[in-house]
Formats: sequence, structure tokens, C-alpha cells
Amino acid sequence: MIKTEEDFKKVYMDARREWEILESGKKPIVMVGTATCGRSAGSLEVLDGIRESLKDHSVDATILEVGCIGLCYNEPLVTVLKRPDPAVFYGNISPDRVERLVEEHIVGDHPVAEFALGTMGERTVEGIPRLFDDSTLKPQVRRVLKRCGIIDPTNIQHYIAHDGYNGLFNALKLGPGQIIEELKRSGLRGRGGAGFPTGVKWEFAFKAKSDKKYVVCNADEGDPGAFMNRSVLESDPHAMLEGILIAGYAIGAANGYIYCRAEYPLALERLRIALRQSEELGFIGDNIMGKDFSFHIKIKEGAGAFVCGEETALIASIEGKRGMPSTRPPYPAISGLWGKPTIINNVETLASVSLIMQNNAEWFSQYGTERSKGTKTFALAGKVKNSGLIEVPLGITLREIIFDIGGGIIDDKEFKAVQTGGPSGGCIPAALLDTPVDYDSLKSAGAIMGSGGMIVMDEDTCMVDIARYFLDFTRKESCGECVPCRLGTKQMLDILNDITDGRGTLEDIDLLEEIAEGVKMGSLCGLGQTAPNPVLTTIRYFRDEYEAHVKEKKCPSKVCKALIHYRIIPEKCIGCQACYKICPVNAIRGKPKEVHVIDQEKCIRCGLCFITCPQKVQAIECVSGQPEIGG
Amino acid sequence: MDTRLESIFTKFNGSKDEIIPLLQSVQNEYGYLPEDTMLEIARFTNVPESRVYGVATFYAQFRFTPIGENRIMVCRGTACYVKGATKILEEIERELGIKEGETTPDGKYSLETVACIGCCSLAPCVMINKKVEAKLTPKKVAKLFKKGE
Repeated sequence: MIKTEEDFKKVYMDARREWEILESGKKPIVMVGTATCGRSAGSLEVLDGIRESLKDHSVDATILEVGCIGLCYNEPLVTVLKRPDPAVFYGNISPDRVERLVEEHIVGDHPVAEFALGTMGERTVEGIPRLFDDSTLKPQVRRVLKRCGIIDPTNIQHYIAHDGYNGLFNALKLGPGQIIEELKRSGLRGRGGAGFPTGVKWEFAFKAKSDKKYVVCNADEGDPGAFMNRSVLESDPHAMLEGILIAGYAIGAANGYIYCRAEYPLALERLRIALRQSEELGFIGDNIMGKDFSFHIKIKEGAGAFVCGEETALIASIEGKRGMPSTRPPYPAISGLWGKPTIINNVETLASVSLIMQNNAEWFSQYGTERSKGTKTFALAGKVKNSGLIEVPLGITLREIIFDIGGGIIDDKEFKAVQTGGPSGGCIPAALLDTPVDYDSLKSAGAIMGSGGMIVMDEDTCMVDIARYFLDFTRKESCGECVPCRLGTKQMLDILNDITDGRGTLEDIDLLEEIAEGVKMGSLCGLGQTAPNPVLTTIRYFRDEYEAHVKEKKCPSKVCKALIHYRIIPEKCIGCQACYKICPVNAIRGKPKEVHVIDQEKCIRCGLCFITCPQKVQAIECVSGQPEIGG
Repeated sequence: MDTRLESIFTKFNGSKDEIIPLLQSVQNEYGYLPEDTMLEIARFTNVPESRVYGVATFYAQFRFTPIGENRIMVCRGTACYVKGATKILEEIERELGIKEGETTPDGKYSLETVACIGCCSLAPCVMINKKVEAKLTPKKVAKLFKKGE
């Protein structure tokens, strides 16, 4: 139990020594990434396989379950450290590859170059390059993600050995005023979406006079297509806890809440373990490190409401109410949880605070642009080759992210758009690929930085359908409190449904824009104010697609079912009956070895025949536009 | 009062901010929110029953009818969506003969959609009970359910 500064220094030195022994000892180390993404790729089976294989070979090794390093497209990921070789990082280790990996590398001292992605650190092994020279990793600057996939998130000693809780130690020496000054100098802006300067937010709460104050961590990562916070919570939960403690000390709060979505069971589990360990060591509790500072943290599980990412709605939810937003001002920093000054920060913001306190403001701001400092994590996904979790200096261009780090588009198809900021963001077209990724540039492109979801879309994505998809989401998630959002999202969705169903008119596009502007101006909270962004950006950059839907009744990307049809090419059909058998509505006619025909009136355009037709034959084509019935 | 409910209440002190955790605990225990439990929660926290019901209906997590033995959640996050989640959902609906939001008559499967599981790099994915099935195709779905799960 740490009761004084001296205690902490000792714990820190011990943790470092233990880590060094672990790293330099004789025992081989095997690290398996078992965050949610690793698990869904089968890493738990791999872990079991490794345990068994090591037992079979009577090898004594340390097995660590680590978090996610972010190279999700190569899951399951396994790292093997056997001295004197440097650690080798392996990808795509399916259970059937385990035996060879153990036999050759762990039993036999021969790293398996065939499975290796690279070596960790500076040294290389013959045939295996350095991991961080990889084109996906080279442009990245890993700070928030520094420990992710490297340490065991359920072992607080690992965190401490990597400078963990040093930020809290430094902060307690600086005092509240200095901490806030340092944060303001660092230029850190909120990583949850809106980008409000963190130091300024804290200063409001610091100056507010009150008997009680609160710190809330917003871990309700509700944007579909975003998983940055999940990864950090699963891979390095203490980084965020340390940030909450620093925040509590800086504003004079004694209680904190973590509001985490229930859809993240593993994140919650690891968070609970971290919280308990931190309490046991005395980082959380009374008179922390001997100072006149006591702090306690509670975890609140979200119950599935996107609007609760909005801070006033989140507060209502913690208070046990329906998650309805309220008007601001007063801002939560003045009057928040139970009417007391409250600061609400996102997971990545708090993890960044820990880093700033572990280092300093200058260190933090050496990356970034004039108004957007530091690095930012993004969840890069969609139609991109190397999808995963990345961290880049702000100011990097979208092109560098998608084509250098992401490796370009799957199957080398044509890039169409990138969507940032989830349902509050927008779709940015190819012409703007050189836009720097910072708060202001993305905003002027009609999107937002958001929390870091970045979904890449290719020629097969219909932009009208994407706008419809987001509106379907925001319409369902609108809490219903204010009219512009409640009815506006419904109206916009109805119009988009008309257009994608082939009933749209040119006037609909203008009406859509008009409603979108109204909802943007008139809505009470961030959900409604930003809900029109997907509509406005798709009309702005992809008006031709909207027009094709309404004028020609065609979906150029062949997505909208009412505006496409399938057809059997008579010259190619061999009459194998594969499509005939699979069709769920018996819309295909034809005898064996004779050319088949699709009955367009019966066809529901499910596309099963299209994917069932043998690769060598490919007699079925998807055609943009409505079929000529009877033809 | 049900003893199961009583033992849940012993872990709480009855303040109003506990309504959501209480509902979550009840749902964990019963699999859904039986009507009378909401009345008991209202009495326990000293608020009108309408307030408890209001909270329960606001959040997507809460259910008012029992679910099947196996819970299938199809992710409809953006990454899954652009990679064909709609087709995955249609295929599961066909395999099980039920629509989104329904349970099979034998009570074996419930089918739901969820905003995002957060496995965007392995899209499209589906969560079956607590296990995530990744990089699905309609063909893989057919196999998944033929195996008898």
C-alpha cells in the first residue's frame, strides 16, 4: 500500500526491476493478444494450443495475455521472446500453426520467418525485418497506444514499470493551478468529438465554488464503426484511471464515475480488475500518496442509448433518469451531476492527460498542427486493406492514412469516400484526400474529427444508401425531446427511403437539404445538430448519385434493391441448376443443362444466385436500373 | 416478493440513481424485466412506477419478454454495413425462419441487431451469446447454423 511519495518511488523501482528480469531472464515469453478483436479471430483457442504444446514439449515459458497492438487485419497475434534473439511478432497464427511455432521457435531457437511480421525493438533476425519499419506502422506515432499489446492489462505492475502513475505523482507535486496551466500549454483538445480545449474545461470546474465536484469518464463509445476506446480500456485501462485521478486532483473533486457501454463486456471486466488493483495499491482511496487528496471511482454501465454520449444526457443517465439532454448553459463544468461542477472527458483525452503529466506540455505538442496538437487514435475500417487501430500525428493527410497506413482499397478497387465522425460526421470524397486530419480542416469539409471512427468506402458503396443508413440510426437514437431532431430525422429518413426505393424526385433533394439545415440549427443537443451531416456531405459531394437515383432510377453502385436487377447471361449459363436450387423464392426457371431465366416479378434481389453461380461460369450479372418486367 | 428479487435488493440501498443498475441486475437474473419487478423497484427506490417504466423503455438494453436460449446479435455498425451486414442478417433470418427482434418458436434462438460491437476490423460480424463470429459471408452463416451451433 502506497502511503507516501517514497512508497511510490519504491513500488516504481520494484516494478521496473521485475519487468527487466522478465525481459532479460532465461525463460521464453509468449504474448497472445486477447482483446475482443483477437478473441473473435480465435486467439483464445490459440492460447490454449500454446499452453498444451508447451506442456507436451515440457518447456517452461511465461505466457502473457496482452491487449491489442492494432494490427487487427493480422489477428490472431502472438509475440515470442526467446533470448538472445529479439522478440518476434507473428500474425495470422491460427490454431493449426501453433505447433510449428512452438517447435521451431520456442523449442528449437529458429524464428519462423514465414509467419513473422517483424521483430520488436531495434535488432532484426535473419529474414525478418523490424516490425516498426512496416509501412503500416512507420508513419504512426504511438503514444496513447504505446503500451497496448505490450503489457498485460490485468497486471498493474506492468503499467507502473512503463512509467504508469508517474503522471499522478508529478501532478500531485505540481498542484491544481499548475496542472491546468500545463494542460492549456499542451494544446490538448477533447478527443471525444467536439474538440473543446481540455485545460479550459478544467479551469471552469476548478474555479467553480462548490462543496462537491465530480469527474466523469465518457467511455460510452456509441459511434458505429469506432472501437478506439474499447481497445484502450481492454489493453491499457490504468492509463485512463490515472487521468481521472489527475482530473480529480486538479479540479478539487473527490468522486469519479466511468460510464462505459454494456456492449463491451471485456472492457468492463478489465476495467474492474484495474480499479481493484489501483485501490489495493492506494492510488485510489484516501490521502493518496500522503497528500490531502482522496478520490473514489465508480463504474456505471450504460444501457444502450447513443444520445448518452452527449454530456448532459450522460449526466441524466448516471442520475438514474432517461438519458435526455438539457440546454446548455449552464455547462456541466459549472452545474453538472446533481447540480455540481462536473467535468466529462473521453477515455482518450484522459489517457492523454496521463501522458502529458508523465512527460510535459512541450513533449505533447511537438506533434500536430497549430490548433490541433498531439496525436490521435483512429479506428480504420471498411474497405481498406490494413484495417485496425492506428495512432497518427494530427495534420497527417487522409491520403497518407488510407493509402500508406491502410495500404489502399481491398481488391484495388476505386476509393470513393471516407466517413469520419460516425453519425455526426460526413463523407469526404477522393478530391479532398489531401485534407489534413485536424479539427478545423475536417469541419470545413463538412465532417468532424469525432472520436476517431474512419470508415473507408469504395465504388461498391452507394452514398445515398449510406446517408439513409446513418439517418436510420439517428432517427432511432433521437431521444425525442426536441421537435427538430425528432421529426426532422424522421422526415429526412422518409425522403431517403423514397429515393432509394425509386420513388424520389429532384425536388426531394432540395427539400432534404432544407430540412437538414433546419435540423442543424434548431436541435437542442449535439445529436440533432450533427445528424444532418451525413446527408449534407453526400449531397454536396455526390449529388450525381442522388440524381441517378431520382432521374434515371438507377443505383450506380448497385446497392439499392429497388434500382437494380439480376440477369442470367444466356451465352454463359451452363444449366447447372445451382441458382435454381438456392433461390429462396423460386424465381428461377430452367431445366438441367438448359439456359435458366430469372422471373423479375418474383425476384427479391437477395443476390444469392449471384454468389452461388460457379466462379468459372459467372453467368449472372447485377445490372443497375429497374428490370423491364416481362422482358 | 420473489426471493431472487430480494437478494438483488440487498446489494443496493434504494437511492434513485440506482434505478438503471437495478434494472440491469434484474434482467441479468431473469433474462428480461417481468412487469411486477418494475413495481417492486419503484417501491424500493420510492419513485412512481411510471418513472421506472420510463427509464426501462428508454434504453435499448432492456427487454420486456423472455429471450431464446441463444442470443444472436447482428452488428449493424458502419464497417459491417458497408461490408454487407444486411445480407448476413437476411441469411440468418432465412436460416432461422424468424425476423429481427423475434425468437424461434422452440425458444432456441433470438435474433437482434446491435449498433456496433466494436470489431470493425473483422467486419461483418455477429455475436452469438458472448462469442464474436468474424468476417462472415452468407455461405459461412449457412454453415454456422447447420453445424447445430
